[in-house]
Amino acid sequence: MSLDLFFQYLFAGITYGSIYAIVAIGFNIIYNTTGIINFAQGEFVMLGGMISISLLPFMPLGYAIGAAVLITMGIGAVIEMLFIRWLESPSVLRMIIITIGISILLRESALHVWGESIRSLPYFYGNEITTFSFGSVHISPQVVWVIAACAVMMAGLSLFFKSTPIGREMRACAANRTAAQLCGINTRNMVTLSFMLSAGIGALAGCVMSPITYTQYDSGTSLAIKGFTVAILGGLGNSLAAVAAGILLGIIEAFSVSVVPLAFQDAISIAILLLILFVKPHGIFGSSEAARLKDF
Amino acid sequence: MHIKKNLSLAALCLVTVGLHLLTTATGTQFYLTQLTMAAYYGLVVIGLGVMMGYAGQISIGHAGFFAIGGYLAAALTTRNLFAFHDSWIVQGLNSLGLLVAGQDIYGAQLLTVTPWAACGFAVTVAALVALVIGVPVLKLKGHYLAMATLGFGTIVYRVFLASPYFGEADGISEVPAFLLLPDLAGFGPVTINGAADHRVLNFYLAWGILILGMALLLNLIGSRMGRALRSLHSSEEAAEASGIETARCKLQVFVLSAVFAALAGVLLTHFNGGIGPSEASVMKSVRYVALVAVGGMTNLWGTLIMGVGLTFLSLRGVFGVHDDVVFGTILIGVMLFAPKGILSLRLRELGRRLLQGGRS
Repeated sequence: MSLDLFFQYLFAGITYGSIYAIVAIGFNIIYNTTGIINFAQGEFVMLGGMISISLLPFMPLGYAIGAAVLITMGIGAVIEMLFIRWLESPSVLRMIIITIGISILLRESALHVWGESIRSLPYFYGNEITTFSFGSVHISPQVVWVIAACAVMMAGLSLFFKSTPIGREMRACAANRTAAQLCGINTRNMVTLSFMLSAGIGALAGCVMSPITYTQYDSGTSLAIKGFTVAILGGLGNSLAAVAAGILLGIIEAFSVSVVPLAFQDAISIAILLLILFVKPHGIFGSSEAARLKDF
Repeated sequence: MHIKKNLSLAALCLVTVGLHLLTTATGTQFYLTQLTMAAYYGLVVIGLGVMMGYAGQISIGHAGFFAIGGYLAAALTTRNLFAFHDSWIVQGLNSLGLLVAGQDIYGAQLLTVTPWAACGFAVTVAALVALVIGVPVLKLKGHYLAMATLGFGTIVYRVFLASPYFGEADGISEVPAFLLLPDLAGFGPVTINGAADHRVLNFYLAWGILILGMALLLNLIGSRMGRALRSLHSSEEAAEASGIETARCKLQVFVLSAVFAALAGVLLTHFNGGIGPSEASVMKSVRYVALVAVGGMTNLWGTLIMGVGLTFLSLRGVFGVHDDVVFGTILIGVMLFAPKGILSLRLRELGRRLLQGGRS
């Protein structure tokens, strides 16, 4: 493999890895406040892309994306209030089945609204063939957008969780729900907020990736599996590690294309997921002692 | 207990005959085709029901086992081995009587595996896969178990979809009929195929197999093993402390349910004359989970009734394009309002709950 090709694969890996990382962070936010893995996380990404594409004829790109993020956040809030908020300490099995059901409903609604056609947003800057060249390595400007969006989102989230009152309340809720409740924090609202936040993050990811990966009604499922792989790889609940794990998985996947046919690419990342679950279920960056205390 | 169980099974036999008579009386014998298919899907669902309801282990990958059974049976009975007829493996298989020679419509030589051998091989492979996958997977709990089985199902789907040997997106068609018994005592041969003149025979075959499977599972859950499973559902630690080898129990049930799914896959593939990748899709696995959930996790009869009934309605196309939506809604509705299954609900109580806004 030549050096140029190596860097080309590397950048493709980092791009996809950033997207997986964003999906994984969405998983983590909800997992931290509720202990639920939201199997409908991938559908939020799909909804973000689809809604922004539908809004684009009526407004400029930036507004369309902003509106799509807000609408998806609204959908996330409605879902939480309808299906999750009023359940009294449901079992894990029950929550898994409910969120799977939600993901089916969202996917099928998207099928009826948008049909089976594959859509995409236009490139934010330039078009399909615009490239920046570093030596002989070519990078699409959209790749820069994706990586930048991921970085800004990470910075914004850590700022939000560290220095805003609501962010601190959410962290308190994640650390100990009962104690947070005793301090006068409305933990139910925090759960709703975490669904909104993770829906919004997913939607934004869906918008920035749409020009590269395209959006279809069923594109959420495989993203959810990969996002979950990344969340596990980094240790469930640990968002910074998720970024590293996401980029790692993206790079492995990108280089796997040079070894096995493209059709098996998904199978590769899922095989990695299974392997990690079997060998180190607390993640390569997670601690086994912390994992033992968690309630899966 | 025993009398009640036997009576219920006898009632199921009567229902089977009753369904046949009803369709004959009303001139709707074409329903029998879908009833046959529903019975095979029912076999998958009751196998999964024991796994989920009694052992408390979720599997969102059972369509994978169904597809392993169906695809292997289809491939072995249709793919021509004539090009390899000199190799020692094919020679050996032939001398054991496991191969069948024939001619295709163009008169070329065909050499394929007999359905019996293919069925045995397919089910064995599914059981082995379940064994190998089960050892690490069943150590996981909750979300991890769900995702791991979902991942397994997706890998199976991708492999069948991407392999030219398994027909890629087209699947495998023109699977021959499954000759169960040769012509004995002049009744004609007993075969599994979808032809109209075999409809009644196949209906009874499928329901007979379903009743046998049901009897087996009912005996299992009434046995020492069944009690062990139930105890491990409520608390694995307590079960282990009482001397139950939880890991082994879970694995045995997992393999058993995989065998049920694979057998159903083999038989349904012969009945339909083909199989496509959609049989392996995640949506199918989710549907099996939904059917178990709606029947009531620890209620095998409820699972059977709901599994066969809803599958029949779905196959008849009652839900139209909203098929998946219906199953998704059922899944959420049941889990929100009746986690013990539809049949556990008392309607008056449901009304009261709805009036209170579900805050009970």
